[in-house]
Amino acid sequence: MARRSIGAVTGIGETDYTRPHPGRSALSLQLEASLKAIADAGLAPREIDGIVIPGGTGPVVAEDIATNLGLPDLRFSVVTPLGGAAAVAGLQCAAAAVAMGVCNHVLMPLGRTGRSGARIGARLAQMPQFRLVGEFEAPHGANAPAQYYAPMARRHMELYGTTSRQLAEIAVTTRRHAILNGNASMTKPITIEDHQASRMIADPLRLLDCSLESDGGAAVVISAAERARDLRAPPVVILGVAEGHPDSPSTITQRPDMTRLGVAKAAPRAFAMAGVTPADIQVAEIYDCFTYIVLCQLEDLGFCAKGEGGAFVEGGALGLGGRLPVNTHGGLLSQAHMAGMNHIVELVRQLRGAAGAAQVPGAELGLVTGYGDLGDGTVAIMAKG
Amino acid sequence: MSDAIPPKPRPEPSDDTRPYWEGVAAHRLLLQRCADCGRVRHYPRPLCDACHSFAVEWIEASGRASVHSWTVAHHPFHPAFKAELPYTLVTADLPEGVRMLARLRGMGPEALRVGLPLRIGFEDNGEGLTLPVFRPAD
Repeated sequence: MARRSIGAVTGIGETDYTRPHPGRSALSLQLEASLKAIADAGLAPREIDGIVIPGGTGPVVAEDIATNLGLPDLRFSVVTPLGGAAAVAGLQCAAAAVAMGVCNHVLMPLGRTGRSGARIGARLAQMPQFRLVGEFEAPHGANAPAQYYAPMARRHMELYGTTSRQLAEIAVTTRRHAILNGNASMTKPITIEDHQASRMIADPLRLLDCSLESDGGAAVVISAAERARDLRAPPVVILGVAEGHPDSPSTITQRPDMTRLGVAKAAPRAFAMAGVTPADIQVAEIYDCFTYIVLCQLEDLGFCAKGEGGAFVEGGALGLGGRLPVNTHGGLLSQAHMAGMNHIVELVRQLRGAAGAAQVPGAELGLVTGYGDLGDGTVAIMAKG
Repeated sequence: MSDAIPPKPRPEPSDDTRPYWEGVAAHRLLLQRCADCGRVRHYPRPLCDACHSFAVEWIEASGRASVHSWTVAHHPFHPAFKAELPYTLVTADLPEGVRMLARLRGMGPEALRVGLPLRIGFEDNGEGLTLPVFRPAD
């Protein structure tokens, strides 16, 4: 089947996620990941002529990267907003730039000091996308993503009978994948009972429903499809990519249907662009800031109907050999919180056939999502080139 | 002292939102209604998203509400609220057609269910800021 690609991911790079990195800045970590990604592509740093910075995920700007890498001919730089949806939004942005010929090789780096630096509750209040909730919800004691998202999960449970044990299935499977990865923060197996015994954070979300706060860096290089063939690594092509915003994007409280995320609007466009359906997807890296957000996205992406996510994830369905292997690297829940850049890296590994013990046999078509801020969603469908 | 507890987050009212906070301070829950098409909106903002009119009038809410969803906070994401844990944050539908988030008072979370009637009250947050709260319906 002839499929039209709009760009290719030609390089991937990551730092060590197994330990904290005290004394290293977010910039330093993402420069390390950047050099690895550029080398993986078989490029020299001076050949990078585009930079996409996923916004809302760190303090770094394109000028920092260009200065440190000594880029002689930077032609394109943008910051994509959307927090956890920003990395996949950056794929869209970079693919558009290389497809237009604005530049040839776009570097998209991300680095965080979530473990050694400021914690999430302190960072959130500084972000303009949280202005309305900052004025009208934070004074009541709603101060962190877990507290903003928990009512979505509670409503889903009340309407559809979704259970905490079903959320636990996602945590347990994701941990199992992290253990296979070799570069994951969390390496101890967990059970559904461990999840049920973990302390409550924001009911119904328990500790093991929540993602990590991590130190590290991850980066990818996006190149024009026709240039990708000449590079070192087997190309992984972007077939479809889309961004979607939920109704009432500034506050979940006022959302007409708080069980429907922005990715519900993006997914049909991405699948149509790629010319494939959810049934064709062999591996999915789904943004997992919280277990519930995975469950809800599976519905909104069309893998099952609204309300059926709980049943869909039961019985290890998201594990290797299951109906849809999800977060084969361990995700934000158990590998590291790299705001979804590690999800893109993992999908590329899977489609290169280089995912080691977590390889989905014969994977040629996969999907990666982002979820950010108060429900913004992005999705990219990629294939072995 | 390095471990001093910071103050609770306080609203910084803008020209768009000041009437709401002045209302709350006077124990009145005021909502924006479009003066052209009549659509009620919340949280306060400059433009009607239905007809794009800037003309606005403020109406007082009935005080009735019903549960849309909720969460019980157990983890201290903000140190100023640590002493109040656990507390329940309710998202409720107002009959005026908008929603509101506030603390639950006068009952525990166990009896909450979607659609449960509540009524809106007001209380001081302990730092001189009046906030709306939800109480059991009479």
